[in-house]
Amino acid sequence: MSFNLQRFWAVVVKEFIQMRRDRLTFGMMVGIPMIQLILFGYAINSNPKHLPTAVYAADNSPFARTIVWALRNSSYFDITREAHSTAEIKTMLAEGEVQFAVTVPVDFSRKLLRGEKPSLLLETDATDPAAVGFATAAINELTFFVLNHDLTGPLAKLRGTSPPFNLIAHQHYNPESITQYNIVPGLIGVMLTMTMIIITGLAITRERERGTMENLLSTPVHPGEVIIGKIIPYIMVGYVQVTLVLLAAKFLFDVPFMGSVPLLVALTFLFIVANLAVGITFSTIAKNQLQAVQMAFFFFLPSLLLSGYMFPFRGMPGWAQDIGECLPLTHFLRIVRGILLKGNGLAECASDLWPIALFVAVALAIAVKRYRQTLD
Amino acid sequence: MSVQQPITNHESLVTPDFAIDVRGVTKKFGARTVVNDIAMQVRPGEIYGFLGPNGSGKTTFLRMLCGLLKPDAGSGHCLGLDFRRESAEIKKRVGYMTQRFSFYEDLTIEENLDFIARLYAMPQRKLAVEKSLERLGMVERRTQLAGTLSGGWKQRLALAACLIHEPQLLLLDEPTAGVDPKARRDFWEEIHKLAAAGLTFLITTHYMDEASRCHRLGYIAYGNLLAHGTVDEVVKTAGLTTWEVSGENLSALADKIRGLPGVEQVVAFGTTLHVSGRDAEKLRASVAPFMSGAHGWTIIESGLEDVFISLMETAKDNFS
Ligand SMILES: Nc1ncnc2c1ncn2[C@@H]1O[C@H](COP(=O)(O)OP(=O)(O)OP(=O)(O)O)[C@@H](O)[C@H]1O
Ligand SMILES: [Mg+2]
Repeated sequence: MSFNLQRFWAVVVKEFIQMRRDRLTFGMMVGIPMIQLILFGYAINSNPKHLPTAVYAADNSPFARTIVWALRNSSYFDITREAHSTAEIKTMLAEGEVQFAVTVPVDFSRKLLRGEKPSLLLETDATDPAAVGFATAAINELTFFVLNHDLTGPLAKLRGTSPPFNLIAHQHYNPESITQYNIVPGLIGVMLTMTMIIITGLAITRERERGTMENLLSTPVHPGEVIIGKIIPYIMVGYVQVTLVLLAAKFLFDVPFMGSVPLLVALTFLFIVANLAVGITFSTIAKNQLQAVQMAFFFFLPSLLLSGYMFPFRGMPGWAQDIGECLPLTHFLRIVRGILLKGNGLAECASDLWPIALFVAVALAIAVKRYRQTLD
Repeated sequence: MSVQQPITNHESLVTPDFAIDVRGVTKKFGARTVVNDIAMQVRPGEIYGFLGPNGSGKTTFLRMLCGLLKPDAGSGHCLGLDFRRESAEIKKRVGYMTQRFSFYEDLTIEENLDFIARLYAMPQRKLAVEKSLERLGMVERRTQLAGTLSGGWKQRLALAACLIHEPQLLLLDEPTAGVDPKARRDFWEEIHKLAAAGLTFLITTHYMDEASRCHRLGYIAYGNLLAHGTVDEVVKTAGLTTWEVSGENLSALADKIRGLPGVEQVVAFGTTLHVSGRDAEKLRASVAPFMSGAHGWTIIESGLEDVFISLMETAKDNFS
């Protein structure tokens, strides 16, 4: 059973032609990322503003008033309540009356004037983490310049490269915050999982349903040549999708690109292959195209729910995390977020690369084994 | 034309005297035996017709020969290669035309041919495709999608595609189903030309005129090979006696004769009636009372169709 390049190439060429002729599927491959972008990027993960906020100004100094004024101006916060004790803030957050609570401690201005960097406490109700990410970021940024007007004359020395006071952000109920920056890069993984598996899931069942399998099997072509030949064209489709989302991330959602895009593109290859391998495996098992699509959804749902895309990974129960660890999407999400948002390099990605590689090996082995060389 | 070989001749196992030389071929689907202990020998350059009613196992047998199905039992050679163990090699030298059109409807004629030529790793692929298009008479329509071809043209494309890698043996499963008479005649001319050049054909068909154009025939029913040999041999060994009756009111006569002892078939052929049975004496005794009337009775040579229908009726009694 030797791998023959010419036969393999025959399959590649054929798949490309068929892909070009199948306008509907081709449209779907471009349309699905667009719809997902709109749904996940805009509708589901909007950038909420005017969130109800409580202020507890234990130190009623001009500095504290400036901070409250700046919060109000940032458009993220609506100061809806004024608290008079720490306990009051606690209940307000617990009851969901406010999303944020800002506490200016008693000795805030005294410490500030002494250059001791007092703390400003920001407490958040992070049950809906997507809701608080931006607001937290906004207040964080405020700390750098909010007091610049007040720190004049002899106090000007307190202005500097670091803010004159520390912001202590305290997220309640949910330790892992997800921001829109988190969602859009993750979308690359979700979208690839969905389209790659469905489209390749149909690849072999279609041959069987249309009767062309009988012909294919009567020629000398080997399973490996058919399977890899069918995968190649869809790898390119996958990259078209990746490019679309990356462009949207950059220009529509202003996602920071901290790490190397070429590295991301390179590592995405493995993830695409992982999904194609799943799809091909499904299509060797499914009896018809409908079954193949059902199987694709069977795989897609846990990927969506347990990978850390929809819900914070560490917020899930242990068993769900265990399942999540087996899914390529989980690891890819870490890779893509790590590269784009944290500026990770190859070394930091390695611990998530090998699980995907292992997954590919297992899935392809099953696919080649399941590909029947006979009709019975 | 050819002298029949005894099928138990074990010397023939390795001799390349036969393009197909298999015995004991059996295939079961679940508990059902679809092909039962079939032996077949086909010489190089021979056109072997494979006939039998629907569901008798013809397609299943062809699929086993080219490695698409695993036989449950059987041994032998195909083009000198072990047909059970060397199917990868056999596939390279065999052209198989499926009963159902199995090319890509969303590829053009040329793309389909090109795909097949690539799969067989043809050294001069472009040339082979070009030659094939010419032979098909489809040079101008090369860019037409295969799915938009008419039924007959699809058959022709399929034949051209399974000839493209210059196979030594062709397994054609009902290649002329739905093809018009003129095209059918052209097709058979082509087959005979290719056979003269040394190609071997195993062709399934339901048409009697096509059966009589084959060098030799095999008749299968319920998975059993009931008869084989040249047309004459098959007719002779069937031992069928057929009377041709001419005259008026034949259908009334047919009703009276049908069911009498020894009368196995009563079939209207245009303005005549064919009455046949295997037991000549019994048949004569039964129809004798009707010979006095206005009808003309003559014994004629049984046709292939009479023979096959008779074989099928017997098989029904024996196997089902
Ligand atoms: N994959 C299969 N699984 C189960 N039964 C099958 C399978 N393939 C064929 N059969 C059965 O085997 C029998 C023989 O089928 P086959 O297709 O060989 O008949 P055939 O002689 O080619 O008939 P036709 O003249 O109608 O083409 C049929 O009864 C069919 O239902
Ligand atoms: Mg058949």
